[in-house]
Amino acid sequence: MVRESFQEQLSKLRNDILQMGNLVENAIDMAAVALVNQDLELAEKVVMEDDNIDRLQMAIESMCLSLLALQQPMARDLRFISTALKINTDLERMGDYARNISKIVLKIGSEPLIKPLVDLPRMAELAQQMVRENLTAFVKQDRDLALQAAMHDREINKLYKNTFTELAELMARDASTIKQSIYLLFIARYLERIGDHATNLSEWIIYMITGERLELGDMSSVVR
Amino acid sequence: MKMLKGGYMGNKNKMETRNLNLYYKGFQALINVSLPIKENTVTALIGPSGCGKSTFLRTLNRMNDVIDGTRIEGEVLLDNDSIYDVGVDPVVLRKKVGMVFQRPNPFPMSIYDNIAYGPRIHGHKKKDTLNEIVENSLRAAALWDEVKDRLHKSALGLSGGQQQRLVIARVLAVDPQVILMDEPASALDPISTAKLEDLIHQLKSNYTIVIVTHNMQQAARVSDFTGFFLNGEMIEYDVTNTIFTAPRIKRTEDYITGRFG
Repeated sequence: MVRESFQEQLSKLRNDILQMGNLVENAIDMAAVALVNQDLELAEKVVMEDDNIDRLQMAIESMCLSLLALQQPMARDLRFISTALKINTDLERMGDYARNISKIVLKIGSEPLIKPLVDLPRMAELAQQMVRENLTAFVKQDRDLALQAAMHDREINKLYKNTFTELAELMARDASTIKQSIYLLFIARYLERIGDHATNLSEWIIYMITGERLELGDMSSVVR
Repeated sequence: MKMLKGGYMGNKNKMETRNLNLYYKGFQALINVSLPIKENTVTALIGPSGCGKSTFLRTLNRMNDVIDGTRIEGEVLLDNDSIYDVGVDPVVLRKKVGMVFQRPNPFPMSIYDNIAYGPRIHGHKKKDTLNEIVENSLRAAALWDEVKDRLHKSALGLSGGQQQRLVIARVLAVDPQVILMDEPASALDPISTAKLEDLIHQLKSNYTIVIVTHNMQQAARVSDFTGFFLNGEMIEYDVTNTIFTAPRIKRTEDYITGRFG
């Protein structure tokens, strides 16, 4: 095998991205649990631990930039490193949204909920699934799985619309729900954004595997 | 697959090989190589040592003719005419298809005479004409400003990078159409290399260039098309951007990512 140290660095980068993905997936999970159970301690934990995600993001970024500068990677190595650089940023943003959700939980977690929460936890679950499937696709070089991951974003978007309509009606009926409704709407929006970033993961992972640049926001253009 | 393609796909084939086989005594050095060389572009040939890329380059101006025991099958076309037809004079061909080698090889004479050498052989005697050719060639090779005050000094006093540009100027002086470069920067420092690469970029608007290089970053930087050679075969040919970001063939990928062997 040639260029062994380079290969070692690539495999460290792969592990770091996986760790980043796990941290983010956990953060989304914990934020959703904190929301449903009104668990302020857990919400606090998500906010604190976001610093770890930010630190790891910086480390991955530096590593990618050094590899680009020092190794001048080509072809699949180039696609791998650029994908790492891109999805690193998406993952970090997803972590930020999990933190934002937790900050809202800290604000509304002590008051009774205005409605039972069904769609929001479901959105969080789908978002985690997107991250998980994409990380598996990333490791196994599985284009189909990355595509499948992106498909869940449609459902997240549908749930977002439902939530919007439902909360808008609630606010129109009962002005005392407005404040919490707006907070919940923010949460729905954050989860919807997480779904969009998770779709970016699919796009870049597919690029890494095959070199194709797909626009998965518009699923009609995708060759399955 | 949606890929960014280079803008030169539509250029006509200045040269082309079809099913080119080259035998050297009992050994087959080139196997069925079919490659287009688009006009006003830079085509890079890459591959490990002994893969046939330099041998291939030499078939393009019949430099292999001078090696005993070499036999060729297939076609090599320049503007759609076979360069191996009986009526073709290799000397005239090499005027149209010039060559620059790995080590700069200035003649042991003045800078001026180096450039004027070819035109004189081809019958230019008038001093004014020669002066003009020398100046234009040196300007086109981005060397004029550095040597205009010492044209009649020995070319051997130039630096390696200057010597290599002098050799290019010497090729340009006989008004070629295609320039073949065999590892032209391998003996140059990074600054001379950068100048040479800039020069290649400028030259392609007037000439068609084929470059053999071991330096893949260089191939990626200077060329529009890249052909990957291995064991005498051309494995993959495509737009340079595609070869270096998403090649179709695994052997190409293994080579350019350093996983070879």
